[in-house]
Amino acid sequence: MSGNATPSSTPVKSTGLHIGDAAPGVAKKDPILVAHGIKRQFGGLTAVDVAHVEIPRNAITALIGPNGAGKTTFFNLLTGFDQPNEGDWSFDGKSLKGVPSFKVARMGLIRTFQLTKALGLLTVMDNMKLGNTGQRGEKLLSSLIPALWKKQDAEIEVKAMDLLTRFKLDAKHEDFAASLSGGQRKLLEMARALMTDPTLVMLDEPMAGVNPALTQSLLDHILDLKTQGMTVLFVEHDMHMVRHIADWVIVMAEGKVVAEGAPDEVMKNPAVIDAYLGSHQDVDLGAVTGRITLPETK
Amino acid sequence: MDFLGILNSTAGFILAPVTIAYALAALGLAVHFGFAGLLNMGMAGFMALGAYGYAIGILSFGLPWYLAALVGLGAAVIFALILGIPTLRLRGDYLAIVTIASAEILRLLFLTKVFDEYTGSADGLFSYNGEFQESNPIPAGTYGFPPFEDTAAMWWVRIVGIIILAVATFAVWRLVNSPWGRVLKGIREDEDAIRSLGKNVFTYKMQALIIGGVLGAMGGLVLAMSSNVNQGQYVTSLTFFIWTALLLGGAATVFGPLVGSLIFWVLQAFLGLLFPALAEQGLLFGLSSIQAAQIKFIIVGVALVLIVVFRPQGIFGNKKELTFVR
Repeated sequence: MSGNATPSSTPVKSTGLHIGDAAPGVAKKDPILVAHGIKRQFGGLTAVDVAHVEIPRNAITALIGPNGAGKTTFFNLLTGFDQPNEGDWSFDGKSLKGVPSFKVARMGLIRTFQLTKALGLLTVMDNMKLGNTGQRGEKLLSSLIPALWKKQDAEIEVKAMDLLTRFKLDAKHEDFAASLSGGQRKLLEMARALMTDPTLVMLDEPMAGVNPALTQSLLDHILDLKTQGMTVLFVEHDMHMVRHIADWVIVMAEGKVVAEGAPDEVMKNPAVIDAYLGSHQDVDLGAVTGRITLPETK
Repeated sequence: MDFLGILNSTAGFILAPVTIAYALAALGLAVHFGFAGLLNMGMAGFMALGAYGYAIGILSFGLPWYLAALVGLGAAVIFALILGIPTLRLRGDYLAIVTIASAEILRLLFLTKVFDEYTGSADGLFSYNGEFQESNPIPAGTYGFPPFEDTAAMWWVRIVGIIILAVATFAVWRLVNSPWGRVLKGIREDEDAIRSLGKNVFTYKMQALIIGGVLGAMGGLVLAMSSNVNQGQYVTSLTFFIWTALLLGGAATVFGPLVGSLIFWVLQAFLGLLFPALAEQGLLFGLSSIQAAQIKFIIVGVALVLIVVFRPQGIFGNKKELTFVR
């Protein structure tokens, strides 16, 4: 299992995920999530304009891009927290168009938030228990009769404790989540998401504000998800982390997918280097997406 | 100054129907605000529906008293649905605005001459309690000892009120300590987080709005059983009094609203008698006793401010569990 403080050995990368050349919108052998023609406009601003993208199953996909590229908006659209102006998207072959967020979650597509949403005035254990789906005691009438849900609740507690132990939060289970540090809240949110037994986990900046020691254990947790058969899609700015654990990288800029590929190749892509990795930080983003043509400078 | 007499009258409020009514309404508000985070500023409207539903059910439709009581509670359910469907999708503050307005609309509908035949408009409704009192098993007469001395009729109201309160308190206690209550508290903290875990937030909020509303209607019902029904009772300040009682006891607690209502009424009665008595003695800078009787409302306002600033969790609340400032 994971949780070793020392970096685990080089993770096994999944390869051969795509069909044909790695280009924006390339088809995958076994996509779990397919989005097509997704467009979201806020007034005159087009925040997301994704022509086609597929997320490979049982792999770790990183979604990278500069600030304001539309990554979080794209997350919101895929998970039903926002609805696009146009476009179709499906999860496991089932269309998600117009499906409200809680139903998306019930289908096994669970997301976390960039700004951590630990439920501060609930205990860590209550936070975890909330993640479990299909609880009898959550129905109004049966909640009045403890005999109907006590046993299930005890089982959920065992499962939650097991997860908390893996995330090294077991000693904190009686504390209010508000008393946790920022990094611990990230861990709690991830652990809570896992309580739902998801098939696709979407993590929005799981490493933001997490100290380096904790980062390593978070990385191991994410790698662990893959070995357990889950699919991971995450937004991240930390390139070392992306290189380390991602099997596939999707690069967004100005709402569009501008590059896709295995991490090592994608990071050699001049468009990505220009847009994101900072070798030419003074270059206008428009030049990368092809919206503006810059005059030759040198 | 008859200080003993004041204390005596004050003590009488410990078991008064009005205290029980406030306790029920404050319990409903605890479900709304303390557990679900719904800022309901229209509790007076729910109470009015309980009272008017009961009285109109008996007077206009000739229903037996217990069916008429159910009419009042049913009206609260319908009101909650009408209120909730458009507003529960909005952010919390909007619910407060809509509920305060809706409660006033309801009250003005009870006041208008148009429905005089049913609502009695400004006169209100009275002499509908005959059949309820016929069901009273206590033989006529006066019972108890001072200050808890009253007629059989009033004791019957108290007994029914306390039974309703006990059942309601037990039910709410069961609810908030169940997984259902856990989801509700989660919604109070962050709706989106709960949505992302696959729970239908709207349904939970609607259920909470209905349950709290029905508890408020039960409060109105107990009030109606103890006296007559008049729209003048169900003004916005009633809502604020209920809020004071709730915050005094502790918003996110089950027993806080009960104790809060008790303290609120005992204090109200005490100050309401003390200040006029002091004024009569000429101890209040020349205020007349009628003017002095209003001082208690100033005190209520100041008390509410002090509670919210210095003890937002109330008497029973856990300091960590509910703070207004995050």
